[in-house]
Parts: sequence; structure tokens; C-alpha cells
Amino acid sequence: MQFWIIQGLNSLSLGGLLFLLSSGFSLIFGLMRLANLTHGAFFMLGTYLAATALRTYDGLNLWVTALAAGFVVAALGGLFERLVLTRLKTNPLGQVLVTLGMSFIISDACLMLWGGDSIPVPTPKNLQAPTRMLGFVFPTYRLVLVGLAIVAAIALYFLLERTRLGAMIRAGVDDRQMARAVGIPVSNLFTIVFCLGAGIAGAAGALGGPILSAYPGLDADMLPLALIVVILGGIGSLLGAFVGSFVIGFIYTFGIALFPELAYIILFLPMIFVIAFRPQGLFGRVGA
Amino acid sequence: MKWIAAALIGGSLLLPPFLAGDFYINLASQILIAAIFALSLNLLVGFGGMTSLGHASYLGVAAYLSALLTSQYGLGHGAAAIISISGTVAMAGFFGVIALRATGLGFLMITLALSQVLWGLAYRMSNVTNGDNGITGLTRPAPFGISLESPVSFYWFVLIITTTAFLMMTIFVSSAFGSSLKGVRDQPRRMAALGFNPWLIRWITFVYAGFWGGISGLLYVYYHKYIHPTSLSTTSSAEALLGVIAGGSGTLGGPAVGAALVLLLKNYASAYIERWNMLLGLVFLFIVLVMPTGIVPGFSRLTARLRGETR
Repeated sequence: MQFWIIQGLNSLSLGGLLFLLSSGFSLIFGLMRLANLTHGAFFMLGTYLAATALRTYDGLNLWVTALAAGFVVAALGGLFERLVLTRLKTNPLGQVLVTLGMSFIISDACLMLWGGDSIPVPTPKNLQAPTRMLGFVFPTYRLVLVGLAIVAAIALYFLLERTRLGAMIRAGVDDRQMARAVGIPVSNLFTIVFCLGAGIAGAAGALGGPILSAYPGLDADMLPLALIVVILGGIGSLLGAFVGSFVIGFIYTFGIALFPELAYIILFLPMIFVIAFRPQGLFGRVGA
Repeated sequence: MKWIAAALIGGSLLLPPFLAGDFYINLASQILIAAIFALSLNLLVGFGGMTSLGHASYLGVAAYLSALLTSQYGLGHGAAAIISISGTVAMAGFFGVIALRATGLGFLMITLALSQVLWGLAYRMSNVTNGDNGITGLTRPAPFGISLESPVSFYWFVLIITTTAFLMMTIFVSSAFGSSLKGVRDQPRRMAALGFNPWLIRWITFVYAGFWGGISGLLYVYYHKYIHPTSLSTTSSAEALLGVIAGGSGTLGGPAVGAALVLLLKNYASAYIERWNMLLGLVFLFIVLVMPTGIVPGFSRLTARLRGETR
């Protein structure tokens, strides 16, 4: 029983991280029609930044670090969007290719700066002790992580559904040209959304650090999971990203635990199923 | 003019065994293998308008199948080659059914996700694939009893196959089917209205590209006598895609030139610096921002302008 509970919690916490990662990816895709392949690298950069900060300055708070990492990655993403992506407005394929190129650059720069060994990120001291509930033992940090992901989901929902900025973003997702015509500064929105998505990915990377630790190839491990989540949940849909993340979190965690060699094949199945019967994804409004 | 250039390039491919040392002959063999791979990807990207980021799947799977069949199951090279290529084509057929549910960026994401799944499998299923250590101690085939161990004989072998591949793919895109493929790329709805089946045309092209990707994978594993999960990685797919785009997607010979440039860059750069991935990323940025239509179209535009001016 303990096994199922622990794995269940692991699934939830991975799902939470995947949600943070894929919600930004999905938002960027929905608004900008851009598959941002740098997203995994943004996540990894956040992890490395947090690892360095926390190991250099003892007693630094993980939450503050994650926030700072998010801002750094958001700033980098904003620069990239302004300097490179805006030049390729009329060339969607070119945009994807430069995001791919950028992901190679970032992951190789990480390898150069931090070396090939994995760097563990310390769990916050006050969350190291396990929580006991109903006779079971839970790793506290993972519980907190799940809570954080849910809070982030609610915050994003309010941002998109209840604020002026969110209304403009939704207008841009639904009909970019019409949004421009009524005076919404769509290209500024692009920058904002790209920064937001990159920042969430960076912060998620920092928060995921204590579970995953920083290692080269983390980006290549996370990006396909995010892609599968988005394909599954539907592109541009926050709810889709949420549901898809937890589905993939469970499938991947239990797959690794029960059939370690076949975990990747098991990831296939929901994706094939959804693509076969609902190519726009579970909650997608538009086909990709 | 075009024919003279083609004859010159074709003729120069016959020269390495007579002029160059083993190092350069081997380099030339690698270039030809990369050229087949890039040309097969170009069928999708350039002529079909389907940008795949998972083309390394076919190279890697064919190579792994051949490696496993010859080393673990003791099959001969002939049988192993046939089984590997059939397996790769079957997989391409299956992947095509999945990926072609979407077009454009959705297609790109699905092909990328599928290839990453295969890459993960190659790493993690270590009792079959030997994981990060790769499979070593492989051999080259000896067709008709001719050993391919020497660089020169291997070069001739690869050159024959590359020529065949180039001609077959040229015929493919120049045929009526090729025209309908280009039609589907540019105007899928009109083509559908004219009674063509865009999905089927794309799928056939997808499988055909997978077939040649598999052939290049066989040559790849014959050349290296070694196979590692990196051959299935996104980097491997991206190198080929860079070759296609740098050379000019949708041109007949461009991708081969692009693939040659990428391979040369990789070989020479890795002699001086370790940061191939970073360089690859920078080259991606450079090509997309500075010469988005590729080197070969850019060059032929340039020569056309020069000739126009001299007349």
C-alpha cells in the first residue's frame, strides 16, 4: 500500500511540474502559433540556476530562488523573442528552427558551465521531514509541490479569464487579425506571453530541482513529456494542459516503477489513442 | 549549364579513391551517407511540406535492427538488411498514420515526440540495446564475396547506393506522383477537390522517405561498425534538417550539398572545439536569419544574376 501511495504522490508531483512546463508551452503555442522547442532548455536552466544559488549561499530560501530563476529565464526568453523571433514573423518554420537552435545552445552552455555530473538541489530544511497522515508517510516537499501547481493553475486561470490582459490574450488566441484590428497590441502580447511561459518554465525547473536534480539531458527528458501533454490535452487549452499533465505524470511514474524498460512505450499509448480519436486533443479548440 | 554542373559534381565523386588518402575517402563515404539521409528528409520537408523533427528514427531503427540481428541473433547481413529495412518501413507506415493526423506544427511535434520515445527506449532498454554503451564489434557485409573493409571498396559501395538513391528520389519527385505531392503541399484543399487523396499521397511519401532513411541507417552502421543512442537523438534529426534547409529544401541536389557542409563543419569543428551542439545551434540561427532559402538556391540566383549582367 505504501508503494502505491508513494508512487501516486510522485505521479502527482511530476504532474504538477509538467503542468507548469506545459501550460507555458501551450499558451505560447496558442497565441503565437509557435512550437517553442526551447521550453525544455528553459526548464533545465531554471534547475541549474537554483542548484548554483542554493549551494553557493547557504540558507537561501528555495521559493525566493525559484522566483528569481523564473525572472532570469523570463528575461532571457524576452530577449530571445524580441531579438530573434520577431524577425521571423512571416516564417513559422524558421521560428521553430531557431527555437530548436536556441535549445541546443542553452543545453550546451549548461554543459560547459556546470559540467557533466548531476548536481543535486537541496530540499528546503523545514520540508525535509516526512509528513505522517492516516498511518502513511508522505515526502513533504512533494505534497507542497502539488499544492503549488494547483495554486499556479488557479492563478493562471484567473489571469486568463478574469483580467484585462487575459482577455486580450484570449482574443489573440482566437483571432489574431481581429484582435489587431480592434487595437490590441498583439506583438507586445507575444513578448509578454513568451516571457510568462519561459518564466514559469524556469521557476518550475527550480522547484523540480529537489526531485529531479540538475543534470545534462534534463531538457531532452522534459521536452517530450511536455509535448505529449500538449498533444494529449489539446493545444492552447489550460484545462487540457492540467489534465494531460496529471495523466502523463501517473502513466510515466507508474510505468517507470512497474515496467522500467517499457515506460516509454507506455507513454505512447494515450498519445496514439487521443491522436486517433480526437486529433485536436482532449480539450483543444483548434487543430494544430 | 545545369547539366554541366551535374556532370562535374558526378565526375568529382569518382575521384576520391584515386586522389585522396584513407581519411578523406572515409570522410567522403560519410558525406554520401549523410546525403542519402538528408535527401530522404527533403522528400518530406521540401516536396511534401511536412517538417519532420524525427527523421533520425528511421536511420537509428534500421541501424539498431541490423546491429542486433547480426550480432545477437547471428543472422547473415543479407537477411538482416532485408528484415531491418522491412521493419523500418513498417514503422514508418505506423508512425505516418499517427503523425499525419496533424499537419504543420502538430506534425512536427508528433514526429519529435515519437523519435524522443525511441531515443529513450534505446537508452533505457539496456538489456536489448546495451544502453549508453552502444553496440560494438559489428561487421560490414561482403556483397558477392567482395570485402568492404577497406575505405576504397566501402566508398564504391556507398557511391553506388547513393547514386541509386539519388536517381530513385529524383524520379519520385519528377513523376506524376511527385507533381501531385507538390500540389498537396501547396493547395491541399484544391487537390482534394480535384479528386486526389492528400492523406494517402502524404503517407506514401512518408513511408518512402522512411525507406531511404532506413537505407542510410544501414550504411551508417556498416560504416561505423558501432551504434549508439545518439544516432536516434534530436541532434541527429536536427543535423539532417539543417542540411536540408541550408542546402535549400525542395531542390533536388541542395540537401546533399547542405548535408556535406554540415558534416564537414562537424568534423573540422570537433577537431578544435568540443562544443558541436552549440555551434549547430548557432548555425541554425545564422541560416534561418541570414539565408532562409538555403545555399544552393542562393548560389544559383547569384550565378543567374552574374550571367545576366555579362550578357
